[in-house]
Amino acid sequence: MVVSGFVAQCQRDLLLAFRQRSEVLQPLLFFVLIISLFPLGVGPGPQILQKIGPGIVWVAALLSAMLGLERMFRDDFNDGYLEQMLLSPTPLPVLVMAKVVSHWIVSILPLIIVSPLLALFLNLTSGMLQALVLTLLLGTPVVSLLGAIGVGLTVSVQRGGVLISLLLLPILVPLLIVATAAVDAATVQLPYQGQILILAALLLLSLALAPVAAAYALKVSLE
Amino acid sequence: MNSLRAEALVCIKNDRQLFGPLTFSVPAGAILYVRGPNGAGKTSLLRILAGIAQTTEGGVYFNDQNIARHSLYSSELNYIGHISANNLRLSALENLNAWCALQQVSPIPDLYGLLAKLGLTGLEDLPVVQLSAGQQRRVALARLWLKPSAVWILDEPYTALDVEAIKLLEEYIAQHAAQGGIVVMTSHQPPSAKLDVNQLTLEYQW
Repeated sequence: MVVSGFVAQCQRDLLLAFRQRSEVLQPLLFFVLIISLFPLGVGPGPQILQKIGPGIVWVAALLSAMLGLERMFRDDFNDGYLEQMLLSPTPLPVLVMAKVVSHWIVSILPLIIVSPLLALFLNLTSGMLQALVLTLLLGTPVVSLLGAIGVGLTVSVQRGGVLISLLLLPILVPLLIVATAAVDAATVQLPYQGQILILAALLLLSLALAPVAAAYALKVSLE
Repeated sequence: MNSLRAEALVCIKNDRQLFGPLTFSVPAGAILYVRGPNGAGKTSLLRILAGIAQTTEGGVYFNDQNIARHSLYSSELNYIGHISANNLRLSALENLNAWCALQQVSPIPDLYGLLAKLGLTGLEDLPVVQLSAGQQRRVALARLWLKPSAVWILDEPYTALDVEAIKLLEEYIAQHAAQGGIVVMTSHQPPSAKLDVNQLTLEYQW
């Protein structure tokens, strides 16, 4: 019962994302634009680009993820679907998890898929690229999960977009530091297993806590 | 026999007491018609009865069990709020199918027939945003036919409906009550005399 509720919610959200393709593609476009502007802005020196590349990709990924976050619950709150979610026999945290998963697939997975191409712009070596994709795969779900809490808290506030970024970005700073440290280590071919394990720990922690916290935040917003 | 009972409900919003303490009970087969001026707390009361909002004091009991601890209450409940819970980008069929999946009920095989009965022939596959307000309301009300449930909580079900649709809905409400169902509804337009309702009047409190 829980599984079928999860799958049904994912299907609905993916169908909806497909219906609003142009809105969904915005984060991807934003991501590509930021990264392609950097080589033009700081000059094409390969050493400089290689030095700042991992940071640029990660900052761009964080900011693009912020763009799409509000979509997660906004429409459902406005049209009353969230009330129906609350009355579903499927527990609300499970439905929230389904929404987080579909949000990650729709808004963030495309960013990770194009990142090898963008790594070329920034003169990243293949070792760095490997580390970068690994950190993105482990780190960006944390953004979606914590984002669900932020959106849940601010969904009843109209125009909560900037508020979400203000709430979330400070919390995501450790993620940024650890992830870019891993890629920096890969630059000089040092092992970066430690950083990867820290990212995995952050992911597991937010997987365990965020759906419950976001569900509670949504209940409070619906009061 | 099912019953829904409210005991000493008090609702306080923005430091204003909307209503309370309110005690009433709705036995099986009864229709409770909640009336009152704008801002009297009708929607708040219905949301509390549905278990979406929490009451400040008191409690709601379904079959003598507090709904906050009643795990099966939501599967016995059909709540239609004053906003219709249809996603505007999805079609009527997609909305209803998604809702059935969410509520874990299997959609009836003849969904087209149901929509035709509600006067939506030919509009099944259009995005709901292209339908009129009354048609969107009909899509929402189709949910009453999809989920067998003991308790119906309907917030302004008549809004934007035409005379025929109201008649169809009232007949269906009467049939539900005759079969031992419980209905709690609000409306600014009084239900027709054919419907045997108990009235609950909420006054605007300063």
